[in-house]
Amino acid sequence: MHELSLSGAIVNTVVKHAAGRPVSVVSMRIGALRQVVPDTLEFYFGFVSKGTVCEGARLEQELIPARLRCATCEREWEIALPIFMCPGCGSAGRVEVASGEEFEVESIEVEETECIAQR
Amino acid sequence: MHRTKVRIVEEALDANNTIAQANRADFDRAGVRVVNFMSAPGAGKTALLEHVVADTPGVRIGVLEGDVQGSMDADRLAALHVPVTQLNTDPSFGGECHLDANMVRSALPELPLAEIDLLVIENVGNLVCPAEFRVGEDARIMVSAVSEGEEKPLKYPLMFRACELVLINKIDLLPHLDFDLDRFLYNLDAVHPGVERITVSAKTGEGIEEWRDWLARVGSRVEAPA
Repeated sequence: MHELSLSGAIVNTVVKHAAGRPVSVVSMRIGALRQVVPDTLEFYFGFVSKGTVCEGARLEQELIPARLRCATCEREWEIALPIFMCPGCGSAGRVEVASGEEFEVESIEVEETECIAQR
Repeated sequence: MHRTKVRIVEEALDANNTIAQANRADFDRAGVRVVNFMSAPGAGKTALLEHVVADTPGVRIGVLEGDVQGSMDADRLAALHVPVTQLNTDPSFGGECHLDANMVRSALPELPLAEIDLLVIENVGNLVCPAEFRVGEDARIMVSAVSEGEEKPLKYPLMFRACELVLINKIDLLPHLDFDLDRFLYNLDAVHPGVERITVSAKTGEGIEEWRDWLARVGSRVEAPA
């Protein structure tokens, strides 16, 4: 359900950088810990982008696996379930998220008209 | 017409976080500390606040009450003669299921910051979206009622990780439920190892003293949680 509000955040970020140019592709990097449902995000993005420079843009989503790092034994591993304990040494207090919390607009593709390009 | 790729690399929630920082700076200038209070609908946020808002020694508490519609919760708290400001997400924000930094910013002029030491922002009841949006708070507290089940930390890790304190409410119901408190705590520690937790009952008053002390520590800036 948070995909609706997240779509709004994507559109706001893209609009800021597009500077009025129509956007054809939005590339996102999304960490597994964000619990985003890709199809739902795409659906809401299409809806929320209406009437903005993002209208009709394709949303590309690169899923970043959730990886944790143990500061005690320096082990790094990938998780499928939200268990934040080290399987190596059992440490809990010094486990850090190495990746998987991203919700990042990586790049966009914009359409430039020639007259703007020549300036 | 040609296409250009523009590299951005920006967290999509940065815009919200920037406004949240501005809110935080305004609260700091006014000498007010802020708690973002979150839970699923019906977990007992308002009932837990009713126990503490009017009688936390040395800390003057105000409440910013976030709801999609209505002022039922705000009315309950206003009856205790504490400053309560209602923020409805429906009329101006399209019925949003959470508060974001901008909504709280819009409510700033109405908040009696000079009269309070601690502002509790009671978020819209929801275990998903509120976890994503900082509003300018010093601390985040969530409530999980035992009637919700033991597996909730595993199902909503974003929320259970996005808080410094978990209040486990409605423990007066334990004799009537199959809820296994040890199992819940095991799941909680798996998702957010070592997070502070207090078992409470808004019904019987059990644990309320400890909850009040925790809030007082935030409000009085002494030994405040990180």
